[in-house]
Amino acid sequence: MISSRYITIPIIFLLLCTQTLWAVERFPPPDFVETDHKLPSTDYITDVTPRLVLYEYIDVAVLAGTLSLASYLVLKNRSRRAIFALMIFSLLYFGFWRKGCICSIGSIQNLVLSVFSNSYVIPLTVLAFFILPLAFTLFFGRTFCAAVCPLGAIQDVVLLRQLVLPKWLESGLRLCAYLYLGAAVLFASTDSAFIICRYDPFVAFFRLTGRLNMMILGACLLVIGVFIGRPYCRFLCPYGVILRQFSRLSRWHATITPDECIKCRLCEDACPFNAINTPTAPWPASNYRKSKIAITSILIISPVIIFLAVLLGASISDSWSKMNPTVRLAERIYLENNGMVEGTINESVAFRSAGTPVSELYQQASIIKNQFKFGGRLLGGFIGFVISLMLINNSIQRRREDYQTDRAGCVSCGRCFQFCPKEQERLKKLKEQSA
Amino acid sequence: MERSEQDITRRKFLNRGFFGILGAGLAAIAVFFGKKKHNPKMVWQLDPQKCIACGNCATFCVLEESAVKCVHAYAMCGYCDLCTGFFEPKPRELDTGAENQLCPAGAIKRTFVEDPYYEYTIDEKLCIGCGKCVKGCNAFGNGSLFLQVRHNRCLNCNACSIAAACPSGAYKRVPADEPYIIKRVQHA
Repeated sequence: MISSRYITIPIIFLLLCTQTLWAVERFPPPDFVETDHKLPSTDYITDVTPRLVLYEYIDVAVLAGTLSLASYLVLKNRSRRAIFALMIFSLLYFGFWRKGCICSIGSIQNLVLSVFSNSYVIPLTVLAFFILPLAFTLFFGRTFCAAVCPLGAIQDVVLLRQLVLPKWLESGLRLCAYLYLGAAVLFASTDSAFIICRYDPFVAFFRLTGRLNMMILGACLLVIGVFIGRPYCRFLCPYGVILRQFSRLSRWHATITPDECIKCRLCEDACPFNAINTPTAPWPASNYRKSKIAITSILIISPVIIFLAVLLGASISDSWSKMNPTVRLAERIYLENNGMVEGTINESVAFRSAGTPVSELYQQASIIKNQFKFGGRLLGGFIGFVISLMLINNSIQRRREDYQTDRAGCVSCGRCFQFCPKEQERLKKLKEQSA
Repeated sequence: MERSEQDITRRKFLNRGFFGILGAGLAAIAVFFGKKKHNPKMVWQLDPQKCIACGNCATFCVLEESAVKCVHAYAMCGYCDLCTGFFEPKPRELDTGAENQLCPAGAIKRTFVEDPYYEYTIDEKLCIGCGKCVKGCNAFGNGSLFLQVRHNRCLNCNACSIAAACPSGAYKRVPADEPYIIKRVQHA
């Protein structure tokens, strides 16, 4: 025993020196002479296969089906109860059964990564999840939000009491969603992180497990959602930002009344999402002048707003680039190599054992940092542009004769239908016809 | 001036124009990305050659019991008596005492085959994917034990939390029809 130890220790020491070559066979595989023992096969590993691709296509089919049904229910059937039932189905299917992945909101990042990455190509099913809701919104309004999106559904079921926010606060908070969208695109395009998925507040509920901080955030949003309708959809959802623009131009859209508005004011407080536009009072001619001055001055200062936002974007880009693992690793290696920190972390150990030259790492990191510099400015410019547009939009005075849905903000939930006396009339007629 | 429904106002004209632009944009995205050569589905997997068995797989998975488990490439295994994947890899004090066993979950089964060979099998139900055995096997053995994402458990999250926490960049998306990266015998 002792002699063998004397031999093995130097051997092990030698082996330790060649850590990078650990795949080398140190101990030859055995020849079983006494027994005819067969080596077990590794097929047991590969026999456990992922969910069939067929099921992914089924998911897409369910998405298309629910979108069609939702559009029919919102535009033709006009039944809040049916919309609610479909919404619950989507919550169960896309939320609790499919565990929230893949979702249309997150698919933005897959698309962006697919544009910027050489190695990643977006799978067809994910592409369908991105495009289908947008296409439906372009024709029928945000029926996706109404009854298909599980994140919208989980917030919609907890909404009990509505607290109407002033319009200025509403648009101000909505800026968060634009920022979120911009940041998600920036981080996905640099292959740093999928922040929409990482900070998805409700996916932990769907999976019934998750990080504690996200659970707390989700719970907070749901508590807020009891009083303020769908806070994530209105103030954070990056996909909602895109849907808004599509919904503005939609060919058909949910209407409060089935035929003509009689301005009875009954629907005025029906919308928990601040998405009903009231008729405007006739205003004096001097208002036009005031409005023109306001718009002209916004147009004049908008380049200043955009410029300031670009500066702000440039100043944060450096700290944001630390979201990228390569940048983080390069900074750590730099600190370690220059004796500015003591010890190593897993990342630096892994990097050194891989044997990549440090200069290559630094070069990669500086490329990514430059991308962030450019992307940060672009993001800032985008936000400045959005702020200017919001200001202009809020200062344009539009003449409205009747109560209308605000096409961008309306999620087609159908809550307002029942408040319209014309709708009641229609239902009565339908009943008579069927009787 | 009276306007009938058919008249195209400036607003309507602009609306229709933008409608067309957005519609065409969507179609362009669909065609451009739909035409690319791609796999219908990608799944997460870790490259065992890059893995440093840091233990993050056990703790960062969104599942309470990680989707990552240890698997065994038997063809690479030396069937050692004193397996450093099974026992604490401290060669000086190594003995087969139960207190020296490495696996915190008792998921490795050690079976006598013939003198001096022992076979090591992983009970996946017990394995927590901590990679302690992988580290030990890599350090002093043949490296036949390695971690893999088990696809009966993996939820295939769009943004894998383990991938985000992996210090060596071992995680990548692989085509679903080839979902494993199996270690094979390498000759130096």
